[in-house]
Amino acid sequence: MKYRPRTFLLEVVMIVVAIGFLFPVYVLVTLAFKDPQQIANRPLSLPSPPSVGAFGEAWREAGLGSALLNSTLITVVSVLLLIALGSLAAYFLARTATRLSYSLYILFLVGIILPFQLGMIPLYQLVDNLGLLGTYQGMIIFYTGIQLPFTVFLYTGFIRSLPADYTNAALIDGASHLQAFAHVIFPLLRPITGTVLILNAVQIWNDFFTPLLYLGGSGHETVPVRVFAFVNQYTSNYGLVAAGLILAALPILLLFLFLQRYVIRGFASGLKG
Amino acid sequence: MPAVVVYALVVLYPSIAGAGSAFTDWSGVGNAKSFVGLANFKALFQDDQALGALRNTLLLTVAIVVVQNGIGLLLALGVHTQIKSRMLLRLVFFAPVVVSPVMVAFLWKFVYNPAPDAGLNAALGALGLGSLRQDWLGNPSIALWSVAFTVIWQCAGYSMVIFLAGLEGVPAELHESAMVDGAGTVARFRHITWPLLAPAVTINVMLSTVGGLTLFTQIIAMTNGGPGYATDTLSTVLYKQAFVYGKFGYSTAVALVLAIFVAAVSFVQIGYLRSRETTA
Repeated sequence: MKYRPRTFLLEVVMIVVAIGFLFPVYVLVTLAFKDPQQIANRPLSLPSPPSVGAFGEAWREAGLGSALLNSTLITVVSVLLLIALGSLAAYFLARTATRLSYSLYILFLVGIILPFQLGMIPLYQLVDNLGLLGTYQGMIIFYTGIQLPFTVFLYTGFIRSLPADYTNAALIDGASHLQAFAHVIFPLLRPITGTVLILNAVQIWNDFFTPLLYLGGSGHETVPVRVFAFVNQYTSNYGLVAAGLILAALPILLLFLFLQRYVIRGFASGLKG
Repeated sequence: MPAVVVYALVVLYPSIAGAGSAFTDWSGVGNAKSFVGLANFKALFQDDQALGALRNTLLLTVAIVVVQNGIGLLLALGVHTQIKSRMLLRLVFFAPVVVSPVMVAFLWKFVYNPAPDAGLNAALGALGLGSLRQDWLGNPSIALWSVAFTVIWQCAGYSMVIFLAGLEGVPAELHESAMVDGAGTVARFRHITWPLLAPAVTINVMLSTVGGLTLFTQIIAMTNGGPGYATDTLSTVLYKQAFVYGKFGYSTAVALVLAIFVAAVSFVQIGYLRSRETTA
């Protein structure tokens, strides 16, 4: 395929589409750099002169520093647990052909289509009874459980496509099942582990509803919960709210830019299998 | 197996308990509940708010499935070509996917600012389309579509990426030989690309259906179900019934209806779309 006039026309069309697509971002960014008077008088024009005062104030008022730490802690530990538990469980499910392992696999698949809303209220009670409301542990257990079906599904499919000889060879050499898994199988799972990591991390980092319910008012709130409270508090101060939103979205966007090749590939391949 | 224990604790037990309490008058405080049979479901089908929410949920889902995947497919076809900006465009269209839905919802609240000289209204005015200016979230007859469009804006990149992965699996030789045979762009798309994209269509349609049926965050953040009940969905109704009105039994009945919907639609889609994949 060569670059022809038609391709140029398509290029122009796509760029115009992208500019339209970015319009909301333009609105947000220009609001954040304007003082209240500019917002009132010239809502859509470029900020002149741009003011950056809103960013510092938003950072402090929304408590973004501690929220970032909370989000990071919960996301990292949950994802590590998911990788460890999910890959081991999938290894068992993929390599044993008993009735039990088949039923367990089906049980996990059911979890993928079960809307979490169904168990939401009993789960809330359970978390409360266990004294885990408002704690990191409660959130981590929750995310590990809720994301496991999908994680197991991805890992099982991948492990089934690996030849069984690798494990058998290690077992003949005298390794235990766990050793064979840790030294032989797990390294082979790297591509799918990347996908699992990215998909789960984006999901957990961005989740809003569960932390609102379980962490509200605990001081351990994650970024989306803190931003939600912040926006509702300063609802009429557009510039401040816009700056807060930009600051809150920036970490994940920077991470995305940094890892974009893997992220896009992970999304595509993780869901194709 | 620890995985099974965690999964059972967090997903299976609460879901079964939830399904069970749908048949009780549980208020959510303590364990006092008595069996009321199907009373919650009867009440649901006489409750205008719940019925409106059911209707909204279905409308939203259809709109999201059709438009999001349609746009996703067009974007994928566009950036799959040899245009020079294709990598940058992929980044741009995909970026909203990684941002939290609650932040995207707030971002669009700026866009939907009801003032005639702000956000989208100002842009329409500048383009000479001032007659289209609206109170996007405050007008009950269009608020639902405004929310739907926000979701579509955020998720179109997701569909695009899955379609792109599908397009990469279409052999270039097929297109070349069809071109030699004189097939135009449209004919090649219909007879080569579209049938080979069937698996990507399956995944996209399923994901966006479940996403649409269970949509919650964007609605709570943008309209809280309003104005009136104009943008309430099953998810927001069951949330409000439980945590605002304390009717947990009734709320789980709504949740059970939602779960049955999701399960039924998933099974029908898997069956239908899979059969299309094999015959295509």
